[in-house]
Amino acid sequence: MEKTINIKVRVWRQAGPKAKGAFETYELNHVSVDSSFLEMLDVLNEQLIHERKEPIVFDHDCREGICGMCSLYINGHPHGPDSSVTTCQLHMRKFKDGETITVEPWRSHAFPVIKDLMVDRRAYDKIMQAGGYVSVNTGGVPDANAIPISKLNADEAMDAASCIGCGACAAACKNGSAMLFVAAKVSQLALLPQGQVEGAARAKAMLSKMDELGFGNCTNTGACAAECPKNISLSHIARLNREYICAKLQD
Amino acid sequence: MAKKKEDMVDTAKAVANKVVKAVKDKVAQVANDDATKEAVEAVKEATEKVAKAVKQAAETIADGDYVTAKIPEGPLAEKWNNYKAHQKLVNPANKRRLDVIVVGTGLAGASAAASLGELGFNVLNFCIQDSPRRAHSIAAQGGINAAKNYQNDGDSVYRLFYDTIKGGDYRARESNVYRLAEVSNSIIDQCVAQGVPFAREYGGLLDNRSFGGAQVSRTFYAKGQTGQQLLLGAYSALSRQIHKGTVKMYTRYEMLDVVVVEGRARGIIARNLVTGKIERFFAHAVVVGTGGYGNAFFLSTNAMASNGSAAVQMYKKGAYFANPCFAQIHPTCIPVHGEFQSKLTLMSESLRNDGRIWVPKKKEDAEAIRAGKKKPTEIPDEDRDFYLERRYPAFGNLVPRDVASRAAKERCDAGFGVNNTGLAVYLDFKYAIERLGRDVVEARYGNLFQMYEKIVDDNPYETPMMIFPAIHYTMGGIWVDYELQTSIKGLYCIGEANFSDHGANRLGASALMQGLADGYFVLPYTIQNYLADQIQVPRMSTELKEFAEAEKAINDKIDKLMSVQGKRSVDSIHRELGLIMWDFVGMARSAEGLRTALKKILDVKKTFWTEVFIPGSRNDLNVELEKALRLADFLEIGELMARDALNREESCGGHFREEYQTPEGEALRQDDKFSYVSCWKFEGEGQEPKLLKEKLEYEFVARQTRNYKA
Repeated sequence: MEKTINIKVRVWRQAGPKAKGAFETYELNHVSVDSSFLEMLDVLNEQLIHERKEPIVFDHDCREGICGMCSLYINGHPHGPDSSVTTCQLHMRKFKDGETITVEPWRSHAFPVIKDLMVDRRAYDKIMQAGGYVSVNTGGVPDANAIPISKLNADEAMDAASCIGCGACAAACKNGSAMLFVAAKVSQLALLPQGQVEGAARAKAMLSKMDELGFGNCTNTGACAAECPKNISLSHIARLNREYICAKLQD
Repeated sequence: MAKKKEDMVDTAKAVANKVVKAVKDKVAQVANDDATKEAVEAVKEATEKVAKAVKQAAETIADGDYVTAKIPEGPLAEKWNNYKAHQKLVNPANKRRLDVIVVGTGLAGASAAASLGELGFNVLNFCIQDSPRRAHSIAAQGGINAAKNYQNDGDSVYRLFYDTIKGGDYRARESNVYRLAEVSNSIIDQCVAQGVPFAREYGGLLDNRSFGGAQVSRTFYAKGQTGQQLLLGAYSALSRQIHKGTVKMYTRYEMLDVVVVEGRARGIIARNLVTGKIERFFAHAVVVGTGGYGNAFFLSTNAMASNGSAAVQMYKKGAYFANPCFAQIHPTCIPVHGEFQSKLTLMSESLRNDGRIWVPKKKEDAEAIRAGKKKPTEIPDEDRDFYLERRYPAFGNLVPRDVASRAAKERCDAGFGVNNTGLAVYLDFKYAIERLGRDVVEARYGNLFQMYEKIVDDNPYETPMMIFPAIHYTMGGIWVDYELQTSIKGLYCIGEANFSDHGANRLGASALMQGLADGYFVLPYTIQNYLADQIQVPRMSTELKEFAEAEKAINDKIDKLMSVQGKRSVDSIHRELGLIMWDFVGMARSAEGLRTALKKILDVKKTFWTEVFIPGSRNDLNVELEKALRLADFLEIGELMARDALNREESCGGHFREEYQTPEGEALRQDDKFSYVSCWKFEGEGQEPKLLKEKLEYEFVARQTRNYKA
């Protein structure tokens, strides 16, 4: 009674960062449509192990759409054809019987391939280290209710803070820009009084680090927001630009 | 307590010596003829034997059949302040010369690493994922408790302490829980200062919601993503320290052993997961915050990389493993849907506020549903069994997690389960929609309904959700004293990885609280009490024989695993272990079942070491090898869980022994026999571990039986 489909999976295989990669196609039969995309890959890997071949390497962890670890480019879309989901939340019922599914790693200059579908996203951590925080030490802070914050601002900050740092925005961008990622953090902290003190320095530091790491510039094509699994809005990029211009004017 | 024991030993020895001397003196006096001499010699010999036995018994007690936690003196509310006032500190110039390893970057690990970095220690932080922001703390949904009393509803530090002790079914340490409640308020202040966007009221102040096991609203939240926001707060503090250079971050590294030099933890051995290289790291102290071991069950709500290996490594080096059998089974998870399934997804506890849980009253209806011949919406109200409301009229659908989980299992075991597997019950919002309207339900639970629909492809507004219990959290873990130090000097354990403050059952929204309390506000103090004595210790070379031996043992283990070259994948064996755990060490346990489990786990262990197949090379990124190393340790943990559950002949919190229940099927504690923390001490491979006990004494609260019926 369980509904299944037969598919072909065309996967990017690459032995290491310096190795030359290539697509390989695998046939996989009786895939339950109720399984998630990553569970389909688990089954494929099980099949490869049985054939005494090396399984496909891919990043994943929480498998519930929040850790931001999964990172597959499926049929030309980061996180696949469904909207507002990460790869781990994508289910096989979105695919047709007999379909060939193409799976690639993130395609971005700043995210080099480690092996197969796994990429190195430490560049995002480096941007955060450049200024994605409020400079407070543990202890010695005021009472949590000492500074009232308007609910509207708090809610919008929360929307920005929903970013999971998966890298889909940069992978989707034709310029390979990380603007949506940077904007989400800058905007979150710019909306809160705690973050405003260092607002100018933060915008400059994070953007200059982004440039330094080889990410491209933003030309407002909007692919990032369209592919973002957490629906981070382009309006945060507008706020980032405003913060940046004001900061530069202060210089 | 410790002093008392030493006195006991001394007294026993003195008495034994006195007796022996008295007998010897008498022997000298009476030994005239041979017959008498012989008889008297026999008495002398026997007396010496008795004396020896007495001495041995006394020494065994002193040796630590009982474990003490170094709890500070004084009234409960003053212990932590007293401790802080008298502990040793390290001056700033010396801090720079002291290295601390922190393993793990979840709420506990990241907050500890950042705070220690801020203080000026030289921190090495290890992360199994590609970024500290991925740790599984990120998946916590509901919220974080604190005793702020912003709602003016009667909350206080004492009340949070009391609720936590009671919720844990009186199996947690009073002094630790009180400290946890005390620092809870500072956590909220800290997170707000970092820019964590907690939910707010229109007036601009923080909002709260209610959670199970409390009569007040003390849960702070950030939508359904509280764990994410708190972790990103800790991650931002950590990022700042990495930028400053006080913390060095090692991502995609997995700890493989702790190195002990002359009785003190002095470093770790870790594997670079990208290159496969085994590396050695020295530090003056080691802090482990690597989370829980729920993945021993294969299917759980834990992340795929969550594992119990660090705990097993510490255990095998001499740290006690405490209460391994205390695992929390969460009642509202999306049910298993097929044998390919890799993990289970939690649906927030908050759904039980408005959803009604039921199964069909008639077996033929349940059978028809399982066969796909009937839909739940076709079952009329009078044929629905709202079993929680029936059994627990006072609390209804809002009974604690352990009670709700067991009740679901009972119905499914009796043949009333739904879904094609028969292992699910309904959580129905029809009644809430009738009462409140669809809009209100959507505003409250919309994001959860959407998440459910993406996974199951059913619309919960129209048809009831299906849910089933799943392993979610482990209260057990590495034993720590009041300072969060394990039984190995210089080795600390924080967050879910330690045996923690939750006793036999954790309340909702308390895991985040404990992780951050340990990392921000407890460990950065207590570790200084140790490090203050280490300032004269120079940085050691990792060429020391202890490092070399630890690395060799790991290399041997990896070689052994790689050379098996059998026919089974790691996952297929892990699944087998998971089924045994679920069937015999899950929601309901019995002596017979646990003995069966111990036997079956041994069989799986044998299968693993003789039939596993790991493709690829050990000197490369090798996911199968990583999984195999973790499974080897889950097999040990599974055994330990079963052993502990067998020993604990009572039912308490998440631990339910079928033999110990009331006539109504409720948990029956045995306070006179089991009011202790089970501390398991490793005695060597293939040997039975030794059981030590930490006595739980309740000076400040009176123990009661939990009652949810009336």
